[in-house]
Amino acid sequence: MSADGEVSLTSETPVRKFNINFGPQHPAAHGVLRLVLELDGELVERVDPHIGLLHRGTEKLIEARPYQQTIPYFDRLDYVAPMNQEHAYVLAIEKLLGAQVPIRGSLIRVLYSEMGRILNHLLNVTTQAMDVGALTPPLWGFEQREKLMVFYERASGARLHANYFRVGGVRQDLSEALVRDISDWCDNFPKVLGDIDKLITGNRIFKQRNVDIGKVTAEEAYKWGFSGVMLRGSNVAWDLRRNQPYEGYDDFEFDIPLGVHGDCYDRYLCRMEEMRQSTRIMKQACERLQKTPGLVLSDDHKIAAPRRGEMKRSMEALIHHFKLFTEGYRTPPGEVYACVEAPKGEFGVYLVSDGTNTPYRCKIRAPGFPHLMAMDWMNRGHMLADVSAILGSLDIVFGEIDR
Amino acid sequence: MSWPVASDDLATLGEKIVAGSAGALSGCSVAFGELSLMSSAGRIVEALTYLRDSPELRLHQLIDIAGVDYPDRARRFEVVYHLLSHAKNLRARVKIETDEDTPVPTVTGVHPCADWYEREAFDMYGIFFDGHPDLRRILTDYGFHGHPLRKDFPMTGYVELRYDDELKRVVYEPVKAVEWRSWDFLSPWEGAERVPLPGDEKSEGAK
Repeated sequence: MSADGEVSLTSETPVRKFNINFGPQHPAAHGVLRLVLELDGELVERVDPHIGLLHRGTEKLIEARPYQQTIPYFDRLDYVAPMNQEHAYVLAIEKLLGAQVPIRGSLIRVLYSEMGRILNHLLNVTTQAMDVGALTPPLWGFEQREKLMVFYERASGARLHANYFRVGGVRQDLSEALVRDISDWCDNFPKVLGDIDKLITGNRIFKQRNVDIGKVTAEEAYKWGFSGVMLRGSNVAWDLRRNQPYEGYDDFEFDIPLGVHGDCYDRYLCRMEEMRQSTRIMKQACERLQKTPGLVLSDDHKIAAPRRGEMKRSMEALIHHFKLFTEGYRTPPGEVYACVEAPKGEFGVYLVSDGTNTPYRCKIRAPGFPHLMAMDWMNRGHMLADVSAILGSLDIVFGEIDR
Repeated sequence: MSWPVASDDLATLGEKIVAGSAGALSGCSVAFGELSLMSSAGRIVEALTYLRDSPELRLHQLIDIAGVDYPDRARRFEVVYHLLSHAKNLRARVKIETDEDTPVPTVTGVHPCADWYEREAFDMYGIFFDGHPDLRRILTDYGFHGHPLRKDFPMTGYVELRYDDELKRVVYEPVKAVEWRSWDFLSPWEGAERVPLPGDEKSEGAK
């Protein structure tokens, strides 16, 4: 009480600062992400992502093993689309060695890379819907993912960590029945995708949560190292399959969808359309595979293992096999950078070779790394609830970010 | 520019870039169809700004920063910047050398996305970046010691952790695992050098 008897109330403080820990065990964190959020009420003021909870030292491990034995590490990076990562790595080694891939081998690579893209986008699109409250899309999407994983299994023997790509081709040929089944799947998939499309695209809640959220201009996308859908969603016509073609992608017919506004919703639309285009590529690859018999793995046994049958008959094949699986092969000294248009963006491998049978240095350029870096400025001024929507649209998988 | 760019064109372009950089870039080489440019730690900001703003190059996206460790060299670390131009469909890498004590000026002012890449190089190699806004560790554990990607850092690391049921928390302990087994497979592929067996010297002479 003051001297004149009036009750003086201390004015209510307008500051409502919160520090919130988001994750690492939050279902919408898409893995093991810890976000330290600084909030003013519900407005996000700063985001500090703490990553590395899944750091396994992949790059260090790769430095200690012969090339051939390091391919499986790449399945474990982006475990949602494993073969796309293997692809970048074998391309890098092939660049060092100057190795050639038989045409059938490269068709199979394209087929499985596009399958990986659909695997990835199905997961991302539907879990993004789940992040903003829908439960049905993941159930529908995962049914298709399951079918694709069976195709993975029928080709490589493993549903996820395929270890299927080899320097000089792929591990083994696809059976005729498998190519036919994939082709049939490609005929049916657009209908299923149409159902998911009907479920999400026009949905009022989904639009309210995504339209105009997490807007990125083309200039910002360049500046922050964005690639893939994050770049195309902001209306930048850039796709490595088209602009810097590798693995015979220039022989395939496909369109590249572009977003206009650069918000979460446009990125979602891009991913939906990319799935349709990937189905188109898969269909073409199947048709060409049915007409193109031949080797799937280079017959240069200094780099590619001989077949088991050959080893039973030929002493030379047996020696090659033994040398390949003990010493491996040596690469000429030098450095290369090879990249592919992985579902998440540009996945690159920078290999430094010192002329021995192991990489001297292998730097993995994960597309998710710069995307997650952008969490801070993309979220500023948004509401707390938008954090999970933006995170969902970034397409984050921690296997590749933490390495 | 069409893709892939022919090596001769790249070499010509590289020389032009070096000539136009006012000394910020000191040399270029083309290998495996890729263009590498050399720079020095002191002038890296200038070099990347030039490559970004030059109208013929417009290498405006920083794709990656990689550290490489060469313990035998006088300046043991190499920092490699990978750049991409969307407008000219061109890739280039810029390399500089540094050591444990010499900081490299940060390029976050030129390419904001250098932020985490530099943090990663600091975490993995202990390369310091001068002027970086927030040079913390990024991938390793809270309270981690050492720089794991250095060649003298053991593969098994120094500590391992487990859950201690009595303390009810995760504890760190020195590594108890078996020694890292590193086999030398580098026997020559195309036939070994013949050492005469004892008592077999005559056959050597007979050759």
